[in-house]
Amino acid sequence: MRRGAWEGLPVRGKFAAIGAGVLVASALAFSAVQAEPVDETLSIDGVEMTTRAKAQEGLPFDEVLSGWLFREAETRQLEADSFENPGMLYVERGEEIWNTVEGPAGQSCASCHGDAAESMAGIAAHYPKWDADSQRPINIELRIDKCRVEHMGLEPYKFDSDDQKALTTYIKHQSLGEPVNLDLAEGDMQSWWERGKERYYLRTGQLNFACASCHEANSGLYIRADHLSQGQANGFPTYRLKQADMVSLHNRLRGCIRDTRAETPAAFSDELMALEVYLTWRGTGLSVETPAVRQ
Amino acid sequence: MATPRPRVKVPKTAAAGEVITIKTLISHDMESGQRKDSEGNTIPRKIINKFTCDFNGQTVFSCDIDPAISANPYFEFNAKVAESGTFKFTWVDDDGSVYEAEEKIEVK
Repeated sequence: MRRGAWEGLPVRGKFAAIGAGVLVASALAFSAVQAEPVDETLSIDGVEMTTRAKAQEGLPFDEVLSGWLFREAETRQLEADSFENPGMLYVERGEEIWNTVEGPAGQSCASCHGDAAESMAGIAAHYPKWDADSQRPINIELRIDKCRVEHMGLEPYKFDSDDQKALTTYIKHQSLGEPVNLDLAEGDMQSWWERGKERYYLRTGQLNFACASCHEANSGLYIRADHLSQGQANGFPTYRLKQADMVSLHNRLRGCIRDTRAETPAAFSDELMALEVYLTWRGTGLSVETPAVRQ
Repeated sequence: MATPRPRVKVPKTAAAGEVITIKTLISHDMESGQRKDSEGNTIPRKIINKFTCDFNGQTVFSCDIDPAISANPYFEFNAKVAESGTFKFTWVDDDGSVYEAEEKIEVK
């Protein structure tokens, strides 16, 4: 094994560099310092969340773990109290959008769907879902756009516009605590799942990383100062302290892929939708935590 | 986000002399004045520069805020209440806007 560039520095712990190239070995290293996820229970306003679930067959670990278990105590606390959670500001904004009439058809979300607390309860835990019209899986963002175009006479939201993030967060929040569970028997979901799995294990970019390089092979260890989680999708859109803003799943996927120094696929492209299907499936059984708080 | 929206959390009731916890949060970009836009022009500073909490007209907590404070500033503090009354919260923006919220508390 080639040692990292820090060899000789007084840092405790074992450094393991992955990738064969000399450049990679000196640029990045995973370290095994204090690497365990915490053994704590997340309850949001007294409602207990499932942050550990039995892993689906075929995954290389016994349990799937929410990213919450990998964060610092202060960050975990922010999510446990819905008042302190800054993501709840977007939930409130989303509720306003839900009830506001927009577009030539004179409709709001509520005109058809009524009270989201009832009509949207538990719904988002089963997304992405098969969409027979477009013959591909759709997520909450695309489902909202479908309503806007077909029933409200509006344009789809611009990717990652504030309103798209707020409304998606609001709708997903109605499934808070609900275990993630996809129906892969619908339409062609299975083949999208397989395509997503291929993408998950595909090494790309100048650093030659697959999703699995960090979030499977080295989950629990540190990459620089960052504690690597399993990269689960159950908390998205998630409030990231780094951006001080809501971050959508496709924004995060693009960010991760960019960090491997690869070409970044477009949001909602076939590539990323397949990855979303597969990634969401990996977290089957974990509670929806939207809006989760991460570092 | 567009319009800053305050949120406050104060207990509805308390015993006389009890120390209560007050939590406040306001949505605000807290633009520091240190960033540049895509054309290289400085984005003007726009932050909340002052936060005050009054109880029945008397200030119980206040602070000046500087650009290092993150977006969506959150404050949590304690207050001792002797009588029923109203907490009034005020956030002052760089552009002169004032955002306000009020919560009543009953002392038994």
